[in-house]
Order: sequence, then structure tokens, then C-alpha cells
Amino acid sequence: MGPLHQLRDSLTVLSAACLSPSDLHKLARRVRIHVLNMTSRGGSSHVGAAFSIADILAVLYGAIMRHDPVRPNWRERDRFILSKGHAGAAVYATLAEMGYFPIENLRLHYQDGSCFSGHVSHKGVPGVELSTGSLGHGLGVGVGMAKALMLAGNPARVVVLLSDGECDEGTIWEAALFAQHHRLDNVIAIIDYNKIQSLAPVAETLQLEPFRTKWESFNWSVVEANGHDCGALTQVLLKMPAAAGKPTVVIAHTVKGKGVSFMENTVLWHYRTARGDEFDRALKELETS
Amino acid sequence: MRDRFVHTLSEIAERDPRIMLITGDLGFAVLDDYRRRFPRQFINAGVAEQNMTLVATGMALEGHIVFTYSIGNFPTLRALEMIRNDAAYHGANVKVVSVGGGFSYGPLGISHHATEDLAIMRSLPDVTCVAPTSLWETAEATKALVTTPGTCFLRLDKDRGPDGPADEAFLLGRPRILRRGRDVAFVVTGGILSEVTKAADGLEQTGISSSIYAVHALRPFEPDRIIAAAGTHRAIVTVEEHTIHGGLGGLVLETLADAGAPIGKFLRIGLDGCFSSVVGSQSYLRTVYGMDAAAIVKRVQKRLLS
Repeated sequence: MGPLHQLRDSLTVLSAACLSPSDLHKLARRVRIHVLNMTSRGGSSHVGAAFSIADILAVLYGAIMRHDPVRPNWRERDRFILSKGHAGAAVYATLAEMGYFPIENLRLHYQDGSCFSGHVSHKGVPGVELSTGSLGHGLGVGVGMAKALMLAGNPARVVVLLSDGECDEGTIWEAALFAQHHRLDNVIAIIDYNKIQSLAPVAETLQLEPFRTKWESFNWSVVEANGHDCGALTQVLLKMPAAAGKPTVVIAHTVKGKGVSFMENTVLWHYRTARGDEFDRALKELETS
Repeated sequence: MRDRFVHTLSEIAERDPRIMLITGDLGFAVLDDYRRRFPRQFINAGVAEQNMTLVATGMALEGHIVFTYSIGNFPTLRALEMIRNDAAYHGANVKVVSVGGGFSYGPLGISHHATEDLAIMRSLPDVTCVAPTSLWETAEATKALVTTPGTCFLRLDKDRGPDGPADEAFLLGRPRILRRGRDVAFVVTGGILSEVTKAADGLEQTGISSSIYAVHALRPFEPDRIIAAAGTHRAIVTVEEHTIHGGLGGLVLETLADAGAPIGKFLRIGLDGCFSSVVGSQSYLRTVYGMDAAAIVKRVQKRLLS
């Protein structure tokens, strides 16, 4: 174990919020309720994609990443990039829950004149490192950050959350090549593998399998996990990097629309907005989950 | 221009550890000395210009001043969305350097002709857009870009432009007056200034006197001298090794129209709405597409008579 890793471990003890799995589950539930309210009020899409990552975000911000809502530009913070920018509502909700800005601000999502755009934006929103929306950009920028951090001897890590459909983009694989060549073990890519993309299941669009093998052949450490089991996911992410000198990818098996029975595993809820009875039923399911 | 850029950047890198040069696997022999002297300030990103730009953005957001380096359209059009969404929108200190403006790589074919990059890059908000007209301007522009916050584009020609010491200080965005005349005001960007200088000499022999304004930057662009020129010359002639649509010619027309300046006889010399499907040396293609010195003389004479 090198000095950077030792420093990282000591900082982890000092700075991570370390919520229990039960509290992480409650945090994720609150995030989903915020997302439902935000997307329904704004009439926006992507509720399924946001629900898919709620548990991952809760674990990252509640138990894994070193971050400080009072100092969003703290030099040694772990950087988080949502590369699948269309799920931005979930990031806004998580940041609000963490105290980066008042929860009331979430009411501005998707509204005229708001900073809280449908795709995640850094402008005017403390805690967001990178505005995204066009897929395939986040990993490359994160890898660049990681390279700079490593050169500077900064122990911070860069966590990039990707979608599965996003892995259709060639730039993901360009960045994957770069990260392994430069031995960037301060990069953690998490793939929200809910297996449904915009118009159809991944398997019917552009088959990604054998997915794990692809990443392994790119010389990344690969870990698979249940993306909704907060306790198990925490244990996996506490062991990053999986191998010194290599970037790690966590293939998180998830369910699109997770948390609302009629939204789960459907293509429809990539775009559909919950209104009326659908909203009431969704809210009830989330509140009692 | 390429060598002058690398030489100048080396001087700066020696005293500024924030400088980072990332190449998209191009610069054979040209970058060897830089790489040897500054191994921690050099990365070969491989043949992956999009990722090169993304990595540059990430490093810039962490405090580096990053120059991305490639040729023709590769660092610009290939990575355009990364320049727009990531570098420029985040105000990242990414300096996009393209070697081979216009027909610099003429024999290599259409893929290597950079003839729309100025128009496209100048349309991006907050992107400083520079095309030096001489070696001296190349060095001055390189220094200026290091101290200019945000994302910049530096377009370097094979044509080194005219030699000679500068008679005026370099101020980023201010067109320099290289020659003062009465009849024609040439407004020029890039190394094709060498053709314009010859053309102005040729016109002088026929009794037509010319001013020459060297425009090294399309953004920022200080309009005062060009607006003044419109009121004191019989014709304004823009010259660029680039499409006439949206580049320097468009910029000057927009500037004059916005200012309510008199637009009398106006001529845009450049590539007129076609792909440059012919191959050949830079000078050959200038002749083919009507922008070498002889063609400039003829076209200006015709425009003055029309």
C-alpha cells in the first residue's frame, strides 16, 4: 500500500458521513420522493433513470465520498461526476439532502429561469462538478481530473456514474484506454446497469454483453454489485480501488424505475411524467417503502 | 508557425509548471525536445481527439493550463462538442491548437483541409479565436493565450506569413495596421497575409494604394480600426484561407453593419461555398481557388470597377 492510499484511508475515516445501511435506505427513499415531486411539478422526463441511481447516490454521499457541503470546493474532496446527466434530478435531491443548498430550492427544478436544468448543471448549483447531458463526456473529464490529482499528489478520488446505454459512445472506451494506460487507480466508474435504454432494452439495441469481460479486457478492475443494496454496495465501495495501479469499474445491477412497482423495468418511464393518479400511487408506494 | 509555437511554449513551460501539452499522437519530431525537457508536462493521448479534449478539460479544472495539439480539423471539429460543453462552458483553461490552417496540408486531401474551423470556433461563446498572420504574432499569441482565462483556439498555418519586426505592440484582439493606403483596405487573417502583401505591391504598380490590417484574432475583435477604414477607403477586401461564409468576412460585415458604418464596395476572398476537392500544395490550391496574389490583384481591380 503506497502513501497515497494510506492518506486516503485516513481521510476516509475523518470525512465520510458513514450512515448506516438503514439510514442510507431512508436517504435514498427521500431522494426518490424529491425526484417524483420535481419531475411531476416540472413535467420532465427521466424519472426511471433517476430512481435507478438513488441508492448509489445515497451510498456515495452518505458513506463513501469525502466531501463537505460547507466547502464544496475543498481541495481534497472526492469529485463526483454524473455522466448520465439526464438523471440530474436525483443528484440535486441528494445534494439538497446533504445540505449543499436548501431543500426548498428543489422546487425550482425544470422551471423557467432556474439553475436546476433537466440535465445536471454546475452553474449556480453548489456541489456539482460538471454539467453534462450529452452522453459519453463525463468519464473523460473525470479521468483528466484524476490524472491531475495524481500528478499533484492529491489523495482525492474521482467517481463517475455512467448509464449502460451511454457505453454505446466511443468516448467511453477512449477514456477507459487512457485511464488504464496512466494507471489511474483514483478513478471509480460506476455503471448503472438497469439494462433499459431510451427506446428499448439494451440487449435489443446494442448488446453490451459480455460487459464484464469488455472492461477486464480494457485492463480495469471489475466489481459487480447490487445497485440497490445499500449495505452491500457500501462494503464494495469501501474497498476501492479494487487493485492498486488500476482504475475500477463497478457494474451496479439496478432496476430502472426502482421503488415504484408500475415504473420498474419499463421503457415507458424513461420519458413519462407521473401525473394525477399515477403520481398519487407512486408517492404512496415510496412513502411506505 | 508550428515550430515558433512549440519554442515559445517551451520557454513558458520552463517557468510555469501548470503548462500541460497533450497531443493526439501527432507532432513527429516537432515535440521531441519539449517532451524530453518537460516529461511531466506532456501527454500523448493517442489517436483520440475527443478524449484528449475531455482529459484536457478535467486537468484544466484542476488547475492546469492545457494545450491540446493536433492538425487540421482533428482537434476542433472532431472534438467540437467537447470544446463547447466541457471546456468552454466550464471556462476551462484549454487551449486548442491546430497546426495546418486552410490548405497547409493541401496534398493530403479534403480531410486535412481546415476551411470552416474559424467560422465554427468563433461561433462558440467565450472561446478566444486566434489565427496569427506571422511568426512574431505566433509567439505573441502563444504568450497571450497562457494569460487569457478560459478556452482558446490557436490556428497555425504552414505559411509563416511575412517576416520582419513588428512595428506595433501586440494587443490580443486589436488588428494591426501594416500598411497605410487610400483605395483598398485589406483585412487579413492567417498566413495568407504573405499573398496579400504581394498583391498590395502589385496593385501599387497599377496606381491603386492599399492599407493592410492584420487580424490575428476573430475573438476578441476590436472593431474601431476596421470601422474607421470603411469610411476612408473605396473598398474593403477580406482575405482568409477559409470559407468566406462565417469567418473573417462575416465578422467584418457584421461589425460594420452593427456599427452603422458605410459599407461601400466589399469583397470577400476565400473559399466560396465549395469543398476543396482538388489536392496540391498550399500555393497551388490558393491559385486554384482564386486567393493567390495574382488572383487577389485581378479580383480587386474588377471589384473597384464594378
